[in-house]
Amino acid sequence: MESTEQTRSISGSMQSPRSPSSLPYLSVSVTDPVKLGNGVQAYISYRVITKTNLPEYQGPEKIVIRRYSDFVWLRDRLFEKYKGIFIPPLPEKSAVEKFRFSAEFIEMRRAALDIFVNRIALHPEVQQSEDLRTFLQADEETMDRFRFQETGIFKKPADLMQMFRDVQSKVSDAVLGKEKPVEETTAAYEKLKHYIYELENHLAEAQKHAYRLVKRHRELGQSLLDFGKAVKLLGACEGEPTGKAFSDLGTKSELLSIKLQKEAQQVLMNFEEPLKDYVRYVQSIKATIAERGTAFKQHCELAETTKLKEINLDKLMLTRSDKVGEAEIEYREIKAESEVATRRFERIVTRMEEEIVRFQEQKTEEMGVAFHQFAKGQARLANSIADAWRSLLPKLEASSAVQI
Amino acid sequence: MMGSENADGFEETNLNAQREEMENLDLGVDGDAGGDDPLKKSVVNGDTSNSGYRSAMSTVSNVRDPLSPPPTVMIPADSDPLLAPPSSYEDFRSFGSKPISSDNSYIEPPSYADVIFSPFDENSDSEINGAEDSSLHSQFSDSLSRSPSSSSDYIKITVSNPQKEQETSNSIVGGNTYITYQITTRTNLPDFGGQSEFSVRRRFRDVVTLADRLAESYRGFCIPPRPDKSVVESQVMQKQEFVEQRRVALEKYLRRLSAHPVIRNSDELKAFLQVQGKLPLQLSTDVASRMLDGAVKLPKQLFGEGGASAVPVHEVVQPAKGGRDLLRLFKELRQSVSNDWGGAKPPVVEEDKEFLEKKEKMHDLEQQIINASQQAESLVKAQQDMGETMGELGLAFIKLTKFENEEAASNAQRIRANDMKNLATAAVKASRFYRELNSQTVKHLDTLHEYLGMMMAVQGAFADRSSALLTVQTLLSELPSLQARVEKLEAASSKVFGGDKSRIRKIEELKETIKVTEDAKNVAIREYERIKENNRSEVERLDKERRADFMNMMKGFVVNQVGYAEKMGNVWAKVAEETSQYDREKQSS
Repeated sequence: MESTEQTRSISGSMQSPRSPSSLPYLSVSVTDPVKLGNGVQAYISYRVITKTNLPEYQGPEKIVIRRYSDFVWLRDRLFEKYKGIFIPPLPEKSAVEKFRFSAEFIEMRRAALDIFVNRIALHPEVQQSEDLRTFLQADEETMDRFRFQETGIFKKPADLMQMFRDVQSKVSDAVLGKEKPVEETTAAYEKLKHYIYELENHLAEAQKHAYRLVKRHRELGQSLLDFGKAVKLLGACEGEPTGKAFSDLGTKSELLSIKLQKEAQQVLMNFEEPLKDYVRYVQSIKATIAERGTAFKQHCELAETTKLKEINLDKLMLTRSDKVGEAEIEYREIKAESEVATRRFERIVTRMEEEIVRFQEQKTEEMGVAFHQFAKGQARLANSIADAWRSLLPKLEASSAVQI
Repeated sequence: MMGSENADGFEETNLNAQREEMENLDLGVDGDAGGDDPLKKSVVNGDTSNSGYRSAMSTVSNVRDPLSPPPTVMIPADSDPLLAPPSSYEDFRSFGSKPISSDNSYIEPPSYADVIFSPFDENSDSEINGAEDSSLHSQFSDSLSRSPSSSSDYIKITVSNPQKEQETSNSIVGGNTYITYQITTRTNLPDFGGQSEFSVRRRFRDVVTLADRLAESYRGFCIPPRPDKSVVESQVMQKQEFVEQRRVALEKYLRRLSAHPVIRNSDELKAFLQVQGKLPLQLSTDVASRMLDGAVKLPKQLFGEGGASAVPVHEVVQPAKGGRDLLRLFKELRQSVSNDWGGAKPPVVEEDKEFLEKKEKMHDLEQQIINASQQAESLVKAQQDMGETMGELGLAFIKLTKFENEEAASNAQRIRANDMKNLATAAVKASRFYRELNSQTVKHLDTLHEYLGMMMAVQGAFADRSSALLTVQTLLSELPSLQARVEKLEAASSKVFGGDKSRIRKIEELKETIKVTEDAKNVAIREYERIKENNRSEVERLDKERRADFMNMMKGFVVNQVGYAEKMGNVWAKVAEETSQYDREKQSS
């Protein structure tokens, strides 16, 4: 559970349950993956344990059962509600069917889900979310109902309105002769976007090699095992003392093979997975950037439309038309909407600024930990390899002395 | 087993492209002037082959990377520290060790790392440069298996300088082209007439001749097998790679011959190495094709003289060869086909039991050597892959470092960039260590491959014994039938009053044949015993040498592993130190 320790310590506002209960805390763990259901409909369920002293919650400890799609629901809701905030990423759905229930995949997913929830719990704004409370506390039936609503074909009214507006804006674009998409063009933001997009490429490559490195560890382990066995068999054919020397060599080789497999697992969990998480994070930032783009466009378009309506209204007022009343109402409505859109956009901008800072600091910390663990692991491995082989040398020396 | 698969060819080109990229990278990191940043030099150098270690080995010996020093430095050829079993590891230190003036800020404890690896210090990159060419590599690319029998005897053979030549011919088309190689010998052995260095030019056909003549003269010996003939078109013959491979193979072969305590003194080898111009050895006779040619004449020979022609004694002691004694040849062939391998009727039961056991053991040994050598190849490949991927990882982080530094808008980014740089540096170093480790591993484990060759030599020796036994038995089996015919003729002749002149003559002839055959039989038996003794002493010698060589192989392999593991451990410990503020296992202060 090292990762949860680490994320807890990032944000100073939360302390571990060990500290005096006067300070507010909220900590979550995702544990005990269990396979449920049969055949095609089989899935994994997790125990989600919440420990808190926050008044909004139903008590110091609560345990619920959740599945992956519940986490997806939570994330979707948060993404909708907290635009501009980098909602932590989820581990991917599995592409390969038969891998879906392998021990390795399940453990990787569990760990990633644990990190996911804890990051949310630690975020000063998002942790107040009602959806989070639902996720952490609702009984399974309620949760199922919520989830079904979201993932069903039945769409929220808000979504429908949004789709309508999109169509509307497209129409007005065409009418107004605007073909180009509307985008922010501030230098700072351009730089940020470029940075994020480039960063994803670099990180993806690093992660790819990290994953390969895990495989290499496994392969080297396997080849050491096979080599050890072969050498032992060879030793059985040779008389003493060569035979014994081969046998010792083979045994050491087999021993080291085990160490390599262990290290492979460590590299996977403590180095490759954090890198993958980093990549996902950057991808989620890209999604936020897209949201900002949409918000910006809306803000621009509504501002335009408002202006047009104003002009129209003034015109009507001048001609003392009896349509003035109607136009005035329309104008006020659009103006209100425009203000909402602008505020929404501005809030995203503000949030993003804070989020970027937070993101950079968090990533430096998390990567630092990952690097440190990787280096320690490699050093440990190298040292135990050196020790193992070194211990063989006196025996080899003794054996070859006998021969002469 | 020896096949090379080049499955990752595309990866290799990728890596090379990345390497070029790397060389153009300017990290532009503050305060990184000067030599302590190995990233300024091109560090990642992917080997050009990902396949089995045979090709890895040739890559190692042939690829010249000006920025990475060859695995061994200038060491006199007859005292390669990795060859001779050291009396103590202190001896190692006297060879080519320089103090480590490296970038390492840690104090390296005296260790096997010191022993072998001072030349690998990256600051000495520029000193050890292209001055070392591939011929130095080829000197050491030969197996380390042969420990010199005594340090004063010295013979070193080099094969070099392949050239195309043309056979002289009267035809309009001109003669075939073929390749000749320069064979240079350096020696202080008195047998070579006091000359210390000399060269000849030979073609592959000469080598085949040499091998055949040796096989005849040294029956029962474990003679190292010669390189394969390949049935190649002249197109392929020109190909540089093939010629190079053959050159290497020839060199190995001649070195093995010169390492054999008896064969090194043979006239045949001396003639091959010393006599200028045409090789003064009889060309091989291809018995099989002669056989086919002579098959037409066979019936006459079989039924004409009835096989009663007198056979000179000295010819008898060899298994029947040439068109002369086709009858015997046929008989022996028939018998060897019907005998299974070594299942000939034993003259003395116990001896052959021992022999059979020994053969069985040798066969098992051979199987295990094959197996071990295959696994050794896998191990080498795995080590190589590890090194490559580590290097690629390092490279990816170097790019990230550069990127973050360029785009740094916050301190967090700069810190992270610095952390990444430390990691990348270590990964690149580790990658290099893996590569170096591997080139050494290849040399050591190649001993296994060497001995596969020697197992073939043992089979050859056993085959000599079996064929000698076959000769004895063939002769033995002839005697009774000859005797029987004599008796029959005598019986028939005695019935004729006054004697039967023609029959008497026949009896005389037969009696003569019997005498000759008896003599031949005795000679054959002596020959057989001689070969058996050769077998025995050779196998004993070989066993001893093999065990010594295997011990050396193991030691070399292990010392290597220790040294490089220590080096890598140090490199990673440094990074762990540099990132110690991220240590979450400690109680936070």
